[in-house]
Amino acid sequence: MSLLTALRETVAGFKSLLTGMRITAREAAKPSITVQYPHDTLKMADRFRGHVKLVLDPVTGKSRCTSCNLCVRACPSDCLTVEGIKREGEKKKSVSEYTLDFTTCSLCGSCVEACPSDAIEYSKDYNVVSQDRADFARMDLLKKLEAEAKVWAEKNPELAAAAAAASAAQVAAAAAKAAPSAGAAPGAAPAPVAASAATPAPATPLTPVAAPAPAAGVTETRAT
Amino acid sequence: MNFLQTEPIRILLYLVGICAFVGANAAYLVLAERKGAGRIQRRPGPNEAGFGGLLQPLADGIKLLAKQVMVPPGTDGLLFRAAPLLVMAPPLMCLAMIPFSDSITARSLNVGLLFVFSFGSINVMALMLGGWASRNKFAIISSARVVSQNVAYEIPMLLVVITLLMVTGTMDLNEIIQQQGGGFWRWNLFKVWVNPLMPVTFVIFFICMLAETNRAPFDMAEAESELVAGAFTEYGGMGFGVFFMAEYANIVVGCSLATVLFLGGWQSPIGVLSGGLWGAGWFLLKLYALIFTVIWIRWTFPRTQFYSLLNLSWKILIPISLFTLLLTGAMMKLPVVFNHFF
Repeated sequence: MSLLTALRETVAGFKSLLTGMRITAREAAKPSITVQYPHDTLKMADRFRGHVKLVLDPVTGKSRCTSCNLCVRACPSDCLTVEGIKREGEKKKSVSEYTLDFTTCSLCGSCVEACPSDAIEYSKDYNVVSQDRADFARMDLLKKLEAEAKVWAEKNPELAAAAAAASAAQVAAAAAKAAPSAGAAPGAAPAPVAASAATPAPATPLTPVAAPAPAAGVTETRAT
Repeated sequence: MNFLQTEPIRILLYLVGICAFVGANAAYLVLAERKGAGRIQRRPGPNEAGFGGLLQPLADGIKLLAKQVMVPPGTDGLLFRAAPLLVMAPPLMCLAMIPFSDSITARSLNVGLLFVFSFGSINVMALMLGGWASRNKFAIISSARVVSQNVAYEIPMLLVVITLLMVTGTMDLNEIIQQQGGGFWRWNLFKVWVNPLMPVTFVIFFICMLAETNRAPFDMAEAESELVAGAFTEYGGMGFGVFFMAEYANIVVGCSLATVLFLGGWQSPIGVLSGGLWGAGWFLLKLYALIFTVIWIRWTFPRTQFYSLLNLSWKILIPISLFTLLLTGAMMKLPVVFNHFF
């Protein structure tokens, strides 16, 4: 009896060995799942929070940042520096410098939440390594955006051409608008004042318009 | 051609040939092993050196050769240096007996089987020597394990071989192969009319071969998790490399022996296309099929515990192989007895 049990156990054990080998053979037939790291990298999940980066507008190929400085105000570690300029022909300001001090950034994401124009987001870049501290202390996000824009322009040549044409047209329109006054004093911001000071002839039609305006203002203040 | 047949030249040719075969096998079986492990674990294995990692063995070899062979203070310097040489010698001797084809044998002896087993069993002495000379407690424990493991598994293996000898009636390996000609159903593995347990004897032989070559799941000689590197703990560089090569050379010997004894050696499995280079092709095909099974087994099963290793041998393999021996004897002689009396 015990001999039979022993034999049965031996056969069962041998069978289990074959089962194990079948499992490994099946696994061996499946494709390998290794990501060959230096050659290709994993795509990070959408919710991955890397350092902040400027969003490239997929239509214009530029940043959406209007340098409103809300992100700078939202930042608890004071690690953002934003400068903006008003470009000719554009309604809003556009960003001219966007620097992140990654050494003090705590990746809290307050800036991303604060941004009214969806101009910043979390980067999916996790390979941020440098031998130079300055690369992190002054991380030029605008430069990164420009590099990204170059790639974008190569990938979407027709969109890039359209965007370039649009901005050229805007500049041209702005130039055309500024042309009449600019003919006398180019670049002067308060055009009417400068015009009246330089040439009395066009100032005359201006004065009757200007004169009733304060008067009306006065009457209104009186009425209220 | 006649010049090549002269005895000293022939011996030299076969010596060089076997050394090259063993070296290339050891180098590329390591790669095959790592690749196989990778496949089973669903990763690609080494693939950076050369195309698909084909130059990996070369890189490993250069690295091992460039390392210093250190003899630790307090060891027996002579034995310590001699052990790698001694561990490599037995498989080289055994391979001289193996018929790769009907015409490719280094030396055909009529006691070839006995020769192979006598050299195969002194292999363990070299491991023991290496462990002893190292003067390291891990190495000593490993040596003791290796010896008792080999003693335990030598018995069922030899019992199985005796069973086969009763069937074949010869120790000449080439003759054993010739008896199995004419198709796979005439291989010793499938000779169930001689002994219905013939496939079982093959399994026993294979298990014993794994244990004798110290392969996983019986790799007590270098149980990394318990004994650092077992008998090779103190060896570095090419000293270790030679031990490693010897392990693979032993696998080649064991698998070629299994091929010769059970799978018809260089005989074609379909009856045609045997002999000459075809024979060598069939032999290598069977040999590497067995070797890949060995690799497959290694990456499937975890290492056994030492007592269950010995239990397997003494409580299962030895009784079964004894039973097959008796059964074969009975099946061969009972008709004779029957005819004599009736």
